[in-house]
Amino acid sequence: MSGAATLVPLPVILPLCAAGLKLAIGARLERVQRFISAAVLLAVLVVSLLLLIAADQQGPQVMNAGGWAPPVGIVLVADRLSALMLVISSSVTLSVLVYSVGQGMADNDETTPLSVFHPSYLVLVAGVSDTFLAGDLFNLYVGFELMLTASYVLMTIGGTLARIRAGATYAIVSLLSSMLFLAAVAMVYAAAGTVTMAQLPARLDALPQSVAMVIQIALLGVFAIKAAVFPLAAWLPDSYPTAPAPVTAVFAGLLTKVGIYAMLRTQTLLFPGSRIGSVLMVLALLSLLVGILGAVSQTDLKRLLSFTLVSHMGFMIFGIGLGSPGGISGAVFYVAHHITVQTTLFLVAGLIERRSGTTDLQSLGGLARLSPALGVMFFVPAMNLAGIPPLSGFLGKFGLLRAGVHDGGALAYVLVGGATVTSLLTLYALAKAWNVAFWRAPTPEMCAVGTVLESTEEEPAGGGRGTSPGGIGDWPGGLRVLVPRRVTATFGGQEITTSSSLPVSMAGATAALVAFGLAFTVLAGPLFGLTDRAAGELLARSPYVEAVLHR
Amino acid sequence: MKGTVALVACGGVLFAAGTALLLARPLTRILLGAVLIGNGVNLLVLATSGPDGNAALLYPGSARSTMSDPLPQAFILTAIVITLALTAFLATMAYRAWQHSGNDDVPDDIEDIRVVRRATYAEERERLRAAYRKQRLEYRALARGEEEREAREHTAYERLGTARDRYRELRRRARADARAFRARQARAEESAEEIVGEDDPWQTILGADR
Repeated sequence: MSGAATLVPLPVILPLCAAGLKLAIGARLERVQRFISAAVLLAVLVVSLLLLIAADQQGPQVMNAGGWAPPVGIVLVADRLSALMLVISSSVTLSVLVYSVGQGMADNDETTPLSVFHPSYLVLVAGVSDTFLAGDLFNLYVGFELMLTASYVLMTIGGTLARIRAGATYAIVSLLSSMLFLAAVAMVYAAAGTVTMAQLPARLDALPQSVAMVIQIALLGVFAIKAAVFPLAAWLPDSYPTAPAPVTAVFAGLLTKVGIYAMLRTQTLLFPGSRIGSVLMVLALLSLLVGILGAVSQTDLKRLLSFTLVSHMGFMIFGIGLGSPGGISGAVFYVAHHITVQTTLFLVAGLIERRSGTTDLQSLGGLARLSPALGVMFFVPAMNLAGIPPLSGFLGKFGLLRAGVHDGGALAYVLVGGATVTSLLTLYALAKAWNVAFWRAPTPEMCAVGTVLESTEEEPAGGGRGTSPGGIGDWPGGLRVLVPRRVTATFGGQEITTSSSLPVSMAGATAALVAFGLAFTVLAGPLFGLTDRAAGELLARSPYVEAVLHR
Repeated sequence: MKGTVALVACGGVLFAAGTALLLARPLTRILLGAVLIGNGVNLLVLATSGPDGNAALLYPGSARSTMSDPLPQAFILTAIVITLALTAFLATMAYRAWQHSGNDDVPDDIEDIRVVRRATYAEERERLRAAYRKQRLEYRALARGEEEREAREHTAYERLGTARDRYRELRRRARADARAFRARQARAEESAEEIVGEDDPWQTILGADR
């Protein structure tokens, strides 16, 4: 076992150990605990960087857990794609942790986040890492489950009625997709006699085409639920915006991309020569257009961002559907870009909420004058998401569009057109949000600093379904009016007020992520080189298989 | 493994029952549905294992051909643990929902309701707008009628005006004629008086004809 290969399990093991340690410590020693979390995630980032360098220079790094050989034991593999995903995810999770620490400290809310938030968050990180490193389908399933179980806790943290409601949707959908995933794994095992990804290519190639197709569709369906691709995306905008800002940010950035990663891995390694590429492209087109039209019609910033998330999934599915080296490379680049940008935007939404008490665009206004730093932190990633030329969003989209034109099929050209329209509509939606929230004259309630955002009695208990919280009020005269629902970024149920000065670590973490997103532009050349090599490695299939089977 | 058809059929029934339960509103029923589907999947996984046999223990002299396939069993054990954790979580969530609202129903999404309401609002607005348009049209028709009447009056007035002007012109001319006549008469009377003052009446009557 080479030196770098011993590092492979660390991104999974370290956060899990830290989570256990934190559960043992409980709510004591806050500073030590925060330090442990940050140090562990920093260590994961360093390990991921080392793995990326090793995987790029020496080929895939493989570790057999317990020394058991692949068909029996658990295999962890870090190739270029996995290592790149690990680097991006650990940078993002580290930033979000720093942000959440700032939020927790500012909220005078010591006990809840430390004893619940940090362990769950670390388990989530471990699950994400395990998914990226998994060398067999069942371990992929376990990674998903680790991640999802932690995400259920994070989604319903505090246990308010709104979060329970949103969490129920999320948990049920995820639960169903997990069951389907396990059934698909059973199918693979029944058909091929193994679930080790390195052994599967040869065995699946030997199967009748129809059987392989059924397996492919089953797996794709599961991953499409995770990745929120159009017909299976309805759960996402309902559940994400209710969670606390850092949680939403990391969910939006990472959890959906884990589905994309799993698609990339299975489509290239297990089912090469995209036989259902055209189906994927149609889904990508629908996802792009339906998602962005949903975003245009939203009046809440978080929901708007959730819909752009659904929409931009289409770009990555487009790349996977193309199946060409350019398409895969563009999809990988876009995943890296989109994780960072989407997380940043949700963190900024959390900052806006902290500043003004709401993310409802109808009651926001004048933020550009009240808080210019916030304006910059929103503007840059927003333009990045929309794909304004010097930024990485443009580069990612350009890579995908070039691959589409290179493909030359009629459907690919339709996709190119749809993707361009989507970019313009994204720009329109974000510019609309910018105009209203930042350039409009401040609304009266905007100026009041110190408004109570959430108290312990946030929602009245005992209301039936008809009078759901913050929902619909009655005006006299039988006219039904909608009262904008205020969902606040808090941990626990303590009283929180708006403040004009943003907590340093929240703003710092957000600014760091903005800078990280800009770094994709500066380092676009080397990064595209890396994604090209990763795509070549994925499409060649043999480096992965040989690294796992012939060590 | 013998009896795989029974396993598959049982798994299918559990799936069907679980799906039916998942479609219900109360979280408790959904939880039961998840448990049923989870067990159904476990049975399907078990059905994928090869021929049944002895426990998969490696000891000296054990023949691999007589062993059952251990891998699906390992899968199932893992899946059971995971399903157990999720069951506990869902049960907690159902309890919490009951604490909050007195039931554990999964409510409709508020934003969805808003979207639906938006549609009904749009219909209502259309209806009101239609009524408003109708009334506006009626008002305009009324107003137009009034305008027309005014216009008619105006033209009538104008026509009247021209008639009056003509009358005034005529009257002016008549008066001028009358003035001229009176002036002539006055001049005639003056000259007559002069003549009367000079001579006898016959002179006045006959004048130069005398």
